[in-house]
Amino acid sequence: MQYLLTLYADESAFAKMTPEQQQKGYAAYMAYTEALKAAGAHVSSNRLRPSGTATTLRTTDGKTQVLDGPFVDSKEQLGGYYLIDVPDLDAALSWAGRCPGVGHGIVEVRAIWDMSNNGR
Amino acid sequence: MSPEVHHQQARDTAEAVARRSYGKLVAYLAARTRDVDAAEDALAEAFAAALGDWPRKGCPANPEAWLLTVARRKFLDTVRSRRREDTSDDMESMADSLAAAADESNFPDQRLGLMFACAHPAIDIGIRAPLMLQAVLGLDAARIASAFLLSPATMGQRLVRAKQKIRQAGIPLRIPERKELPGRLEGVLDATYAAFSEGWIDASGADLARRDLAEEAIYLGRLVTELLPNEPEAMGLLALMLYAESRRRARRDVQGEYVPLMEQCVDDWNTAMINEAEQLLIRACATNTIGRYQLEAAIQSAHIERRRTRQANWTHVVELYDALLAYAQSPVVAINRALAIAELHGPEAGLDAIGQLGGDVRLRDYQPWWAARADLLARTGKLDAARQAYDIAMGLEKDESVRRFLDRRRSALGS
Repeated sequence: MQYLLTLYADESAFAKMTPEQQQKGYAAYMAYTEALKAAGAHVSSNRLRPSGTATTLRTTDGKTQVLDGPFVDSKEQLGGYYLIDVPDLDAALSWAGRCPGVGHGIVEVRAIWDMSNNGR
Repeated sequence: MSPEVHHQQARDTAEAVARRSYGKLVAYLAARTRDVDAAEDALAEAFAAALGDWPRKGCPANPEAWLLTVARRKFLDTVRSRRREDTSDDMESMADSLAAAADESNFPDQRLGLMFACAHPAIDIGIRAPLMLQAVLGLDAARIASAFLLSPATMGQRLVRAKQKIRQAGIPLRIPERKELPGRLEGVLDATYAAFSEGWIDASGADLARRDLAEEAIYLGRLVTELLPNEPEAMGLLALMLYAESRRRARRDVQGEYVPLMEQCVDDWNTAMINEAEQLLIRACATNTIGRYQLEAAIQSAHIERRRTRQANWTHVVELYDALLAYAQSPVVAINRALAIAELHGPEAGLDAIGQLGGDVRLRDYQPWWAARADLLARTGKLDAARQAYDIAMGLEKDESVRRFLDRRRSALGS
């Protein structure tokens, strides 16, 4: 089964870190990604530009509006994701638990809805 | 034999098989696809077919295999209809292995895996016990609902949602890895104990749905100790439930009035259950891994010493509560510890211990805290305060016979 791990964290905390601390942070994510690849569990992953770069679309009264900013304005922002392929939720949770994102934010684990199976 | 006799025999056999094998069949069918509700539906159909077929043709030599054969077809139909790619190798290999299992009339017992799925941390904690009762024991939603004081519709919806989560989120029906086992087993044991406690609330046993629930929980507890032997906490929980159950009859007098532990007639306690519990506790202690359920069972055991010595061992009880408090910082444990301290060092000491809990807001609407306070206040001669505490305790109590007991205690103080 495929699972999407979405990573939420306080962006401002990262900006406040020293270059050395930031470097350490990158290295942790690199190592995690490599470990996922070595285990054959990695499908894809990406880091997102800060939420200030987000643009949100929604339709109000039949008119589509384009708005500056992210959909949810909260203390933690969506900062990246991992798409992984593992046998079950326990395996997904075990990988999520090792994600550096858990150390400084929140990781949400969601099963991918396999639409080839009739969408059920 | 008359048709009625045949019919009755078929019904009895079906019920016996349901009792013995319901969870085993559900777990086996659902193990691969995690389709618990499809497995339950298929089994319901198979049982219905059995009731139609067995009275006419006689009960099959191997009822489980018969049921699995019928349920397997229906189950595969449902699972296939959920998947467009019904020719995938996966489906075929599953169909083959289910067919082989039905033929061999011998299939593995995967109930424990099902229990671990029901009590998975990703499942809402409040629905874990009802889910186990339904998926493993086959209790229907209405019966579970009445025990948990919920409407059948609400309980039904929550159960459906939980089963959907197992399937859609991919919660595995298997025993966790060794390093995760202790934490995950705790979830299973907690859910089992939750089912037991729901059943235990109705001490008089007047409410059949609830009374049965305590017995069902003991059945689940036995299942865990059988399928996962040598787990000290599983043995501890089973011992704890057996100790409590052994005193069921003694908790009410002939008029149906509530009798507190210290006033119970020890001859009314069930000796067989106590002996089994003692054996379990001895085996659990031999592993040298202490835990919450073993400690709670040990406290029960210390109370039950009274059966032999005609006197409770309060020093031992207080020591055990101290140890338990280190594991579970629960107000319930703290209250019982305070009552034990009162027995050992006098009511003032007990009142001190209970007073230290006064800051906990959770206790303001907790009957046992008020009842314990009232009792200790009365014993130290603070009668006005005691009466007031009894009033609040009565106002918080659901069980009428306990309410009458509190009222008798209050009246004994005079006015």
